Amino acid sequence: MTTFANGPLEGEIAHWRAYLRSRRAVHSCDVEELEGHLRDQLTALTEAGLTGDEAFLVAVKRMGSLDELSREFAREHSERLWKQLVIGQDTAGKSGKATRAETFVVLSLAAAAALAIKAPVLFGIRFGGPDDSFYARNASLFVLPLLTVYFLWKRRPGVVRGLWLALPFAMGAVLANIFPFHKGSETEVLTALHLPICLWLVVGFAYVRSRWFTDQGRMDFVRFSGELAIYYVLIALGGGVLTGLTMMMFRSIGMNPQWFVGNWLIPCGAAAAVIIGSWLVEAKQSVIENMAPVLTRLFTPMFTVLLLAFLATMAWTGSPINVQREVLIGFDLLLALVVALVLYSASARDRQSPPDFFDGLQLLLVVSALAVDAVTLTAIAARISEFGFTPNRVAALGENLILLVNLTWSAWLYARFLYHRGSFAALERWQITYLPVYAVWAALVVVTFPPIFSYR
Amino acid sequence: MDMGKDLVAASATPLVLAILGESESYGYAIIKRVAELSGGHLQWTDGMLYPVLHRLERQGLVEAKWSEAETGRRRKYYKITSEGRAQLAAQRQQWQVVDDTLRGIWMKRCTA
Repeated sequence: MTTFANGPLEGEIAHWRAYLRSRRAVHSCDVEELEGHLRDQLTALTEAGLTGDEAFLVAVKRMGSLDELSREFAREHSERLWKQLVIGQDTAGKSGKATRAETFVVLSLAAAAALAIKAPVLFGIRFGGPDDSFYARNASLFVLPLLTVYFLWKRRPGVVRGLWLALPFAMGAVLANIFPFHKGSETEVLTALHLPICLWLVVGFAYVRSRWFTDQGRMDFVRFSGELAIYYVLIALGGGVLTGLTMMMFRSIGMNPQWFVGNWLIPCGAAAAVIIGSWLVEAKQSVIENMAPVLTRLFTPMFTVLLLAFLATMAWTGSPINVQREVLIGFDLLLALVVALVLYSASARDRQSPPDFFDGLQLLLVVSALAVDAVTLTAIAARISEFGFTPNRVAALGENLILLVNLTWSAWLYARFLYHRGSFAALERWQITYLPVYAVWAALVVVTFPPIFSYR
Repeated sequence: MDMGKDLVAASATPLVLAILGESESYGYAIIKRVAELSGGHLQWTDGMLYPVLHRLERQGLVEAKWSEAETGRRRKYYKITSEGRAQLAAQRQQWQVVDDTLRGIWMKRCTA
């Protein structure tokens, strides 16, 4: 091998190689080919009497500008500019064996999730009947433990830690099933809605392993959650097409595939898709740009306009919010969405760059959301003082307060940042620190609401 | 002599094919051969040869394979294919036409 005894020269070559390797259109075998050329050139030049440094300068100059070179490569290999996500192929630094093992584990877990959701049928609990509330309460318990197993397998934190994580799942399973809920009661619906939120935190613990108490770890989990949601929707769209075609084709030959689609295809597919989606997100995180921040950028202006238009209309017509149950939940969702917009724009922002137009827009969004929330809170309070407490109203009120606290402080931090009094990192840290609050509140709803409201 | 960019680009394909037509070769040696044949007048930016080689490979005019060089490193060797030879022959005729035409004009002016 032509190595140069001259140490600094090898260092220079390594530098040059690293610079070339950072170009997306130039693959590592091309880098090897070009490096071979550079070394041949260097050998020839040093033999002709140049010193190492001189030879390097001449050789690099003859090689030409790397910008132009990579542009030429990009023109010739334009497919390389489209990042491809090929599962099962060797990715950087991973042996084929490890990738195959992961594929196997993921497919087994996805199959296990699909079977788990069908397991209650063995005990006579069927879909599409009076037992549907059982599935609603337990939906997250069929899938999230398996997802946790996947991350435990992947991160290998040790058996003891893994067993600790089993505890909350067991508790969730017990609580969701021992409470004597009245049929179709509010507390039952609240349990079904809140249990997944606290269990998602457990998945987070498995996902970040020991990095939970560093901000970066939690932010990574936030990114993961956003990407998983997007992948899940994409998979669901594909599943919808599959379902539609299944129905159409079998009906055309006089069969009714309704029982198969309703009892097998949709529930099993929905369960398995969580595992498959997580695997895709894990595999692609270094390959493809994150989508959630892009959507955030796209929708932040639109939601700002929506909120401002809503406030203006309400001020103009003077009509109060008509507080129905759906309306309350709707406004809670709106606030949650605003928090998500703030969170995901923070997840993708360069903390060092100075405030720009978009940050001002974010502040406007948060402030208008706060104004809308103040109106909603008054409406909820009026309703409670008039008709008394129900589980739904208390839950809606609690969620509203939690989001209000988050948004108020975010607005303060945004304003400080815009006036160069504070850093963006403070805002990011605030959002990240606040995450467990949601899970704690959800756990509170699951554990205490049913007994407090006597399972109404 | 400073050659126009377009001319260098246009002549690259026939030159590379012609050199590979002599024998199997690799990037650095092709550059050296070009410099030698042109008496140093035809200077390429070395790196630019490789996208050209990759294009010829994609078009099926040359074949490439990695093998060990005398230096011990891996090196990518290029070999002309039969399609490449056909292409070379076609290009040769085209260049002949250009050459004859220019020669016709310039010779006339010289003799006139």
